[in-house]
Amino acid sequence: MRGSPRTETRDRVRLEPSGNELRVRLSHDWTLQDGLPPLTHVEEALDAESPSGLAFHTTELGTWDSSLVTYLYGVHRLARERDVPIDLSGLPDGARRLLTMAAALPPREADYREEDGRLGARVGRTSFRAWDTVIDAVEFLGETTMALGAMLGGRARYRPVDLMLSFQAAGVGALGIVALINFLIGGVLAFVGAAQLGQFGATLYVADLVAIGMCRELGALMTGIVIAGRSGASFAAVLGTMTVNEEVDAMATMGLRPMEFLVLPRVVASALMMPALVAFADLLGVLGGLFVGVVVLNLGAVEYLSRTQEVLALRHVVIGLVKGFAFGGIVALIGCYHGLRCGRSAAAVGVATTKAVVNGIVMLVVADAIFTVLLHAVGL
Amino acid sequence: MSAKPAQVEVRDLTMVYGETVVQRDLSFRVERGEIFVIMGDSGCGKSTLMRHMIGLHRPRSGDVYYGDEPFWGAQEARREALKRRFGVLYQGAALFSSMTLAENVSLPVVEYAGLNARDAYEVARLKLALVGLAGFEEHYPSEISGGMRKRAGLARAMALDPEILYFDEPSAGLDPLSSRRLDDLILQLRESAGTTIVLVTHELPSILELGDRAVFLDAEQNQMIAQGSPSELKDSSVAKVRAFMNRERL
Repeated sequence: MRGSPRTETRDRVRLEPSGNELRVRLSHDWTLQDGLPPLTHVEEALDAESPSGLAFHTTELGTWDSSLVTYLYGVHRLARERDVPIDLSGLPDGARRLLTMAAALPPREADYREEDGRLGARVGRTSFRAWDTVIDAVEFLGETTMALGAMLGGRARYRPVDLMLSFQAAGVGALGIVALINFLIGGVLAFVGAAQLGQFGATLYVADLVAIGMCRELGALMTGIVIAGRSGASFAAVLGTMTVNEEVDAMATMGLRPMEFLVLPRVVASALMMPALVAFADLLGVLGGLFVGVVVLNLGAVEYLSRTQEVLALRHVVIGLVKGFAFGGIVALIGCYHGLRCGRSAAAVGVATTKAVVNGIVMLVVADAIFTVLLHAVGL
Repeated sequence: MSAKPAQVEVRDLTMVYGETVVQRDLSFRVERGEIFVIMGDSGCGKSTLMRHMIGLHRPRSGDVYYGDEPFWGAQEARREALKRRFGVLYQGAALFSSMTLAENVSLPVVEYAGLNARDAYEVARLKLALVGLAGFEEHYPSEISGGMRKRAGLARAMALDPEILYFDEPSAGLDPLSSRRLDDLILQLRESAGTTIVLVTHELPSILELGDRAVFLDAEQNQMIAQGSPSELKDSSVAKVRAFMNRERL
């Protein structure tokens, strides 16, 4: 063997030729806090000098911990890759035993396949995944419809108490936040409307704007968004955790259908409670407008309310309530879908919850746009 | 009382859940380098005792000594330092599901030993190789079997070279072969690294194979009713302990 000894920082590792053998001399204390010496010296020496064997000398070695064994394991790996026999007899007993244990089984070959990163491949993969999701979502919707049919036919198996609790959670539990949001939205609508209408001396028409805007559009939409953040997220988190804990699997093996037992009560409760919440939201929105109209815009309360009564046709209110029914169902379906399709880890529950809220809100707005186009088409 | 402090000593420990006493007046010593078993019938408070010993539950009275230092009598900062002296393998392995096995093992190394990411990864590789998981560094816990998760949990428990390793029902949910393999691994670790091992279990084969000494907790009397080596306990004068150790009817 050729070359002079190479030295690592603080001389913890010295590589010395000894005949055809490479001798690794280890000295000083080795602790995790001191970090590990790089393996590059050993790698270079093995490649450059192709030794017939590798041995260790540890007479000057002080105290040591896992950092030494980690380093030895790295050296052992490099030697094995190059078919260089390694002699462990110079190591302290404990280190030799640990290294023998670690090296007992050869590393398993990585079984990961690199994904094709080209644009075409990425677009293709994304398209296939999106298509699979669409198919899966349609299947889920179909299963829910069948479960609903079973419920109407009195054949569905679920606990009535779960349905009642879902009513409570999706309805009464949301009253406070729905009231606050819609009162403020009604007030903001009146305030912004007055700024424009006042220029034409039409401030009183703020009552029209608030009444129709809240009852036909914003009452349902804002309540839907609140419910998506509240009930949708809750459904996804609860069902996701049940999936992770294999509770859903247990239910299925008991012959109970998760669609009937878990999804149905939530979807029914959410869809039926939403119109009630929307009616409440409409009332609070109009009150918010009235508050701004009377306190800020100096309109008469009686004048404001009679204008509201005059302009607010029943169809506006009914349209809002129908939207509420649909929005409630959509939010619950999306929450339950993501919950039951959750992965098997704690992180997956977080992902499912986020998807439930984001997709829920997006689908609400899409559904609202479809409603608007359809209602316009039929002249309502 | 011996002059040299035990590795771990439980002194007059009373544990409660709410107002219910789980176990009272527990006292025993775990000596350096031994495999010590905490056993007893279901619901006797074995795992609860371990949770008191590792600082998750505060006892109603008594204390746990590491060397001659009281754990619960120490300041918060000192308790945190004492926790560095032991590693724990939980019943379900408790791996972080959003991290790979290498990230799970290297997390404490980066946080407490201050190693850079490259060195911490090398340490994780070694620890995983020690438990027979070389090559699984980039796998997530959900991608491996229950037995492998247990071993990965053990690799993480060993990350900082603890003096003491606690095992909570290591064989729970494992087939006999995996259970045997884990038992062998525990023995190898004790022999190679000289680690003190505290084992909470009611698996008779593991108790007889591994245990140097053991304590038996009783769920009815809420106290320790026997201690000694497994072979001594097989011939215990207490009928319940003898029946448990010989798998006989009471």
